Amino acid sequence: MIDHNLFESDSVVVRFAGDSGDGVQLMGTQFVGATALAGKDFGTFPDYPAEIRAPAGTTYGVSAYQIHLGAGPITTAGDKPQVLVAFNPAALKVNLPSLDRGALIILNTDSFTSRGLQKAGYSEDPRKSGALDGFQVVEIDIATHTAEAVKSFGLSKSDAGRCKNFWALGLVQWMFGHEIASIEAWLAKRFASNDAIREANIAALRAGHAFGETAELGAAIPRWRTPRAKFPPGEYRGIRGSEALALGLAAAGELADRPVLFCSYPITPASPLLHRLAQMGAHGVGVFQAEDEIAAVCAAIGASYGGAIGVTSSSGPGIALKTEAIGLAIAAELPLVIVDSQRGGPSTGLPTKTEQSDLYQAVYGRNADAPVPVVAARSPSDCFDAAIDAVRIALRHMTPVFLLTDGYLANAAEPWRIPDIDAYPRIEAPTLDPSRGREALFERDPATLGRPWVVPGTPGLTHRVGGLEKDIRTGHISYDAANHQAMTELRARKVASVADFIPDQEVAVGASEGDLAVVGWGSTYGVLYQAVQQIARTGARVGLIHLRYLNPFPRNLGALLSRYERVLVPEMNMGQLATLLRDRLDVRPAQLNKVTGQPFLVSEVVAAIRQELASLPKAQFRAV
Amino acid sequence: MSAAIDSKLTPKDFTSEQEVRWCPGCGDYAILKSVTRVLADVGARPERTVFVSGIGCSSRFPYYVETYGFHTIHGRAPAIATGLKLAQPDLDVWVVTGDGDGLSIGGNHLLHALRRNVGLKILLFNNEVYGLTKGQYSPTSRRGTRTPSTPYGSIDTPVVPGLFALGAGARFIARGIDVDKQGLEAVLAAAHGFDGAAFVEIFQNCIVYNDNVFAAFTEKEHAPDAQLRVEHGKPLVFGEDGSKGLRLDPRTLSLSIVDAKERPDEVLVHDETNATLAQLLLGLGPPEFPVALGVIYRNPAPRFEQEFVARHPTQMKRTAKIADALRQTSTWVVE
Repeated sequence: MIDHNLFESDSVVVRFAGDSGDGVQLMGTQFVGATALAGKDFGTFPDYPAEIRAPAGTTYGVSAYQIHLGAGPITTAGDKPQVLVAFNPAALKVNLPSLDRGALIILNTDSFTSRGLQKAGYSEDPRKSGALDGFQVVEIDIATHTAEAVKSFGLSKSDAGRCKNFWALGLVQWMFGHEIASIEAWLAKRFASNDAIREANIAALRAGHAFGETAELGAAIPRWRTPRAKFPPGEYRGIRGSEALALGLAAAGELADRPVLFCSYPITPASPLLHRLAQMGAHGVGVFQAEDEIAAVCAAIGASYGGAIGVTSSSGPGIALKTEAIGLAIAAELPLVIVDSQRGGPSTGLPTKTEQSDLYQAVYGRNADAPVPVVAARSPSDCFDAAIDAVRIALRHMTPVFLLTDGYLANAAEPWRIPDIDAYPRIEAPTLDPSRGREALFERDPATLGRPWVVPGTPGLTHRVGGLEKDIRTGHISYDAANHQAMTELRARKVASVADFIPDQEVAVGASEGDLAVVGWGSTYGVLYQAVQQIARTGARVGLIHLRYLNPFPRNLGALLSRYERVLVPEMNMGQLATLLRDRLDVRPAQLNKVTGQPFLVSEVVAAIRQELASLPKAQFRAV
Repeated sequence: MSAAIDSKLTPKDFTSEQEVRWCPGCGDYAILKSVTRVLADVGARPERTVFVSGIGCSSRFPYYVETYGFHTIHGRAPAIATGLKLAQPDLDVWVVTGDGDGLSIGGNHLLHALRRNVGLKILLFNNEVYGLTKGQYSPTSRRGTRTPSTPYGSIDTPVVPGLFALGAGARFIARGIDVDKQGLEAVLAAAHGFDGAAFVEIFQNCIVYNDNVFAAFTEKEHAPDAQLRVEHGKPLVFGEDGSKGLRLDPRTLSLSIVDAKERPDEVLVHDETNATLAQLLLGLGPPEFPVALGVIYRNPAPRFEQEFVARHPTQMKRTAKIADALRQTSTWVVE
C-alpha cells in the first residue's frame, strides 16, 4: 500500500517559528543535535529579532530557526522550507511568503484566538480566508496537549506553557524518524537541579513523540525520511561560526605559544565570540571588556606591544571607531587581528541581519596609504582555519589583519570533521637576538618584511615606537621626504608579500575554464556552491572561485579568471568585491547584489547564472 | 649585563640620545629632568620601564627617556597602557598625557583606567591650553580664555583634573609644579611606589601660548600664601612660617582659613585616605585659597592587572589542549 504521508527526499528544509520567548532557538539546536546523531548532513540559520523581548504575538517579535538536513553535501540552510512549525499567527504571517509550494504547516491552534490574530495584523483568520490554500495544514492544540502532559508536575501555568517547544520537538523528532533519547539526556543535564522543570519537559517531549505515533490524527501527519550523509571517515561534531572562531583563535595561541588577549566591546552580532572566549581561559586566553570600541582595539594593540596576540572584534559601526588605532598598528608594525562580524548598515542599520558590506572598510577604510591584509571565512567551520590564518599572517608580517565574518556565519551551524591540530604548522614571528643590539631593531625579514617583535622587558634593546613616521633603518622619528616615500612603499610591499605565502586560488566546484566564473567571498559560499554545482551538472562551463584572501589576492587569480569568458560576482552588498576586481585585476564582472538582510537563495543565484550564460555571444553559448 | 643591572643608574642613563624638541623655556624640560632623576633614585630598570603617551607636546616625552616607549594616538594612551599591563602585569608603566589629550579626547579612557585602578603612573601635564595645535583653549582653560578658536572668550566651565580623578574612583591623586624640583620629585617617587593607578597633575607652564597662567600661585612672591603642601598626618598649614591653617566649618561643610598660630587646635590634620577631605582640598584655589600640592589622596586597592591574572581560571597559563576543547561537545564517528 502506498503511504501518502511518507515523503522521501535527499534533503528537506524545516523552519520553526514563534515568539522570541517560545524557545524556538533551543528547539532548533536540539533538533540539529539529533539530526547529527542520525548521521545526516545539515546547515542551519537562526533568524531572531533585534528586540530582546518584543511584545508577544507581534510580527516583529517572531524568532525563527531553519534547518536544512539530508544526505548532502549540504552547504546552506536551504532556500524555501518544506515544513513550518508556527507557534502563533504572527509566526505564520511572517514566514508564509518564504515557504515552498505545497509546504506542510503545523499550526499551534491554541494561539489562533481573535486577539492573537489581531496582534499579528490578520483581519481575517488565515485558516478560513484562503491564505493557506495550496499548503498542507495540520492544526494541533499544542499548548493544550502540553498542559495535559505536564499537569502532574505542579508547575505554574506559565512554566507549563514554556514546555510546549519540547512537546513540538517530540512530534518533529517522530516526523523525521529521529530518536529522542539524546534530547532527554540533554534535559536531564540542563535541569539537573530542578526536578519539576526537568521531568515536565521530558514528559512534554515524550508526549509530542507519542502523539505522532499513536494519535488517530497521527496517520494524517506526514513523515519524512532522508538518507544518511556520505561523510569522509573521521570524528565529527556540530559547530557554529562563533564557536569555530573562538576555538581557532585559541588554537592560534597554542600554535604560536603565546597568550591571546581578546579585547572587545559588546555589539551585535559579534558578542557570541566575546562570550565564548571568556570561557576559554584554560587555553591561555584572556578576555578584556573595554569601555568602548576604541579602547578595545587600543588595549589589543597594547597587548601585542607586550608580546601577546592582541585580538579585537566588532561589527561594522564599531570597526569604524577602531580605524585610527588600526593605522597606529600599521605604523608601529605590531600584529593585531580585527574580527569584523558584518551586519546590515550604514550606521546602526540592521543589527541582527546579515550583510557583506564592510569589504571596502577593511581594504580601503583608513586615512593615508595604509594597507592591511584581509581574509574572510566562508562557512561556520571554516571560521576555525580563517582565524588561524589571520593570526599567522599578523605575526609573520607584523601587521594588523582583518578577519571578515558576518551575522550569518556567527550563528549558522554545520557538521565538522574535527581537525588534527598537530598537523598545523607552528605560528612564528620575527625575533631578534639581543646580542645584535639596537642597530638591528628594524632589520626586517626579507621575505615577509616583518620587523623583529622586541617586547618591553627585553634587556639591552630599549627603543621607542609610535605613530609618527620612522626612519626605515633606525626606527627614530623621521620627517625626511625620501624616507616617507620609502616607508610608504615598504608598507605596501609588506602587505603584497602576503601573496607569496598563501596558496594559489582553486576552483571550488565546476569547470576550471569556460564561459563563466562565479566569484564569491565569505558566507555566500554554501549558496554559490549549490548554484554552480546545479548548473555545472547540466554541462554548462561554469566554475566557482571563492576567495579566502581578499587583500592581497592570490597571485594566480588574474590568470585564473582570464580562463573564463565572463565573471559574475554575487555578493550581499552593492558590488564591493566587483570594485576590488576592477581595481586590482582590471576584470569587469557582472554583478548580483542583494541587501535584504537575508542570505541569497540558491534559486536566485541559479537564475543570475542562467541569465549571464544566455547573454554570452552566440559563438560561446552553450545550452543550459 | 648582570653587572650593569646591579649597579646604580644615574639620571643620564635614563636620558635618550634624541634631540629634545620642546620650545625653549617650556616647563616640560624641568619635568623631564625630575622624571629621570626619580627613575634613577627609585632604582628603576630601563628595560622594565615603559613610557606610553598620546598626542600633544607632553606626549613627545617617551622619545626623550631611555626606556621602552610607545608614542600612540590622541587620547588613547591609558587604553593602550592597560592592554600592555594585561600582557605584562609587572612592567613599570608610565602614561604621559596633557589636559587636552587626557581630559578632552581621551577623557573616557582616563576615567576607566582610574576606576579600574590599572597599575599605571599617569602624569597629566596641565597647561590649560592646546600647544601643539597652536594655542586653542583646552578643557582646563578658565572661562573667558581668549584663543584663536575663542576670540570672544571661552564659555565652558573648566574641569578640575584632580576632582575628575577622584570622581572616577582614583586611589592616588597628587599634584606638583613643573619647576618645583623638590615637591615634584617627592610626588613622582610616591606615585612610583603606589601599587595601582597613580594620578599626578603637574602644573606646567606653556611659555608660548599660555605663559604665566599659574603665576598666581607659582611665583615666588605669592607661593607661601598660595601653596598648601599637604603631608599625611600633618596640620594643613601654609603662609609664612605656617601661620595660616585650614579649618572645617561644620555648619557649611566647607573650609575656611584660620590663624594657625593662635588657634592651632582648629587646624585640620591631613588624612590622605579621606576622600571627603581630598575633595575639599582639590577644589581650593586662588584668589581666596591656596592650591593644594603633594599627595592629596592615597587609598590603596588591588590593582586591575593583578586581579585580571589572579581571577583568571588558570592565571593566564595554558593548561588545556585545544585538541580536547574541540571535543567538548557531543561528537560522532563516521567509519
